[in-house]
Amino acid sequence: MLTFLARRFALALVTLWLLSIIVFVGAQVLPGNPGRAILGPFADDGAVEQLNHELGFDQPLLTRYWDWLSGFIHGDMGTSYVYNAPVSDFIGDALVNSIQLAAFALIIVIPVSIVGGVIAALKVGRLIDRTITVAGLSLAVVPEFVTAIVLILVFGIWLELLPVTAAAPADVGFFEGLKYLLLPALALTAVLFGYIARMARAGTVTSLDSDYARTAVLKGLPWRTVLGRHVLRNSLLPTITVIAVQAGFMMGGLVVIERIFNYQGMGLLIFNAATRKDFPMLQSAILTIGIIFIMMTLVADILTSLLNPRIRVSRAES
Amino acid sequence: MTATTPSVEPGSALPVDTSELRRARRETFRALLRSKTFLVGLLIVGFWVFCAVFGNLIAPEDPLQTNSSVTLKAPSAEHLFGTDALGRDIFSRVLVGSRDIITVALLATILGTVAGTGLGLVMGYFRGLVDEVISRVVEAFFALPIVIVALLALTALGPSNITVIVVIGLVFTPLIARTVRSAVLSERELEYVSAAKLRGERTPYILFVEILPNVLPPVIVEFTVRLGYAIFTVATLSFLGFGIQPPTPDWGLQIAESYGLIGGGFWWTALFPALAIATLVVGVNLIADGVQSVLER
Repeated sequence: MLTFLARRFALALVTLWLLSIIVFVGAQVLPGNPGRAILGPFADDGAVEQLNHELGFDQPLLTRYWDWLSGFIHGDMGTSYVYNAPVSDFIGDALVNSIQLAAFALIIVIPVSIVGGVIAALKVGRLIDRTITVAGLSLAVVPEFVTAIVLILVFGIWLELLPVTAAAPADVGFFEGLKYLLLPALALTAVLFGYIARMARAGTVTSLDSDYARTAVLKGLPWRTVLGRHVLRNSLLPTITVIAVQAGFMMGGLVVIERIFNYQGMGLLIFNAATRKDFPMLQSAILTIGIIFIMMTLVADILTSLLNPRIRVSRAES
Repeated sequence: MTATTPSVEPGSALPVDTSELRRARRETFRALLRSKTFLVGLLIVGFWVFCAVFGNLIAPEDPLQTNSSVTLKAPSAEHLFGTDALGRDIFSRVLVGSRDIITVALLATILGTVAGTGLGLVMGYFRGLVDEVISRVVEAFFALPIVIVALLALTALGPSNITVIVVIGLVFTPLIARTVRSAVLSERELEYVSAAKLRGERTPYILFVEILPNVLPPVIVEFTVRLGYAIFTVATLSFLGFGIQPPTPDWGLQIAESYGLIGGGFWWTALFPALAIATLVVGVNLIADGVQSVLER
């Protein structure tokens, strides 16, 4: 078990390091001439050179990479071109906001989609199964901003049930505040619903069909025990991994959703940094998201192996 | 999809095999035509492809023609989907808007599939260090949502259709390579590969003529699934302003220009392009689902 953990942790570190290179190349090498990219094609050469010097772009590439990475590790994420202030000041607040939205979204979507998937599996081939499957498939593949527009139209404008902006007035209470998060959370989770329900359904169908489920039924165990102790425990294992991976991908959806609902989180931060070519902000924000994602997959892996001794043993041996 | 069957017959030294393979292929094709999921998807996607090719001919009005006297008109017999803030006919813009998104997504997927298949063949066949290194890079790419990778690259390089195609294609490459690699791992142990080696065939011949046709089913499945993701990504990037650029008619762009208006009651400006995107992605994914269930029986 310990070797498995150590190995898994080392792999995550390697992945992180590669990720930092990808992000650095994207933000620092691809633009070629960052000063030109920021000032535009019509600025004069002197100004471009001046800016490149100020930003340290005349330093060798490796030096810049090292400065950025060691700074990042020590919590210094560089200085924003646009705000002329430390990037870390902005990332902290935005991260908290995004985590709130994402957590709220996950609290809604996880139980709903697991229940949906399990119901579909218990009624395989029936109308309700087909409805859940087709709805899940469709929701999983439609871009978040499309879902968001439809939700805003239906619940925000035609039925007038929910506010269409995520920015709640400062004086509202906690639950009133949640109401403002509901539309963005729903739009964000539509994609996840499809994936999680699908995994939960597939896992449950397989394990309902298994020998151990049949044995449990034949032993005369009550149906609830069979479902809870024997079927679901096995069928939901792969679902955990899917939730972790998909929750990471939710970060991509955040860019779109936070832009539509004007929510001050990481997504909007990245979008604004990209439109204003604020590379220090952009690269540190993206690396932060990557780190969160890698940590989540790590946690999912460890969780899966804790819950399933078969995986734990075989992985430790390999 | 059937057009992608290989022009080179595998195991051409053995004529029996060839006819057997043809029969199996015909059967796969028939099974596809029996799949309702596949047919519905084909119908939807077929419609949008038709619009992409002939959109300019069937559109009732010029999608670029602005008209200040008919701005923001609700849907009517004259303007089926209404008009936008510049008085352009939304119905015409939706029909023609299928062109760029389909072209860009298709080219990106083709690029990713071709490069990924080549890479996967090499990784699976040689294994070792190359395999190990590329697997790690795949993991690292996987840690970022594709929209964010694309956003980074497009900020650095400036938005253009070519950049979108290359970025999506490059992100897809390692993902497809991984699938192909695992298929090759089991193929390389089979007798026909050792037979080819003993015949003294050269490695490229073994990879592309012997192994490739046998790993084609997962490649086709990957292609259809990735095409859905590509459309998702292109639409999202256009919506964010980093994809297809104005004044080209494009659904994501149309929504970006008009979603601020729906609060004022001008719902048609955003709803119709939104439905267009939804039908296209769902259609492509229905095809992918049909292909997957037939090929992975």
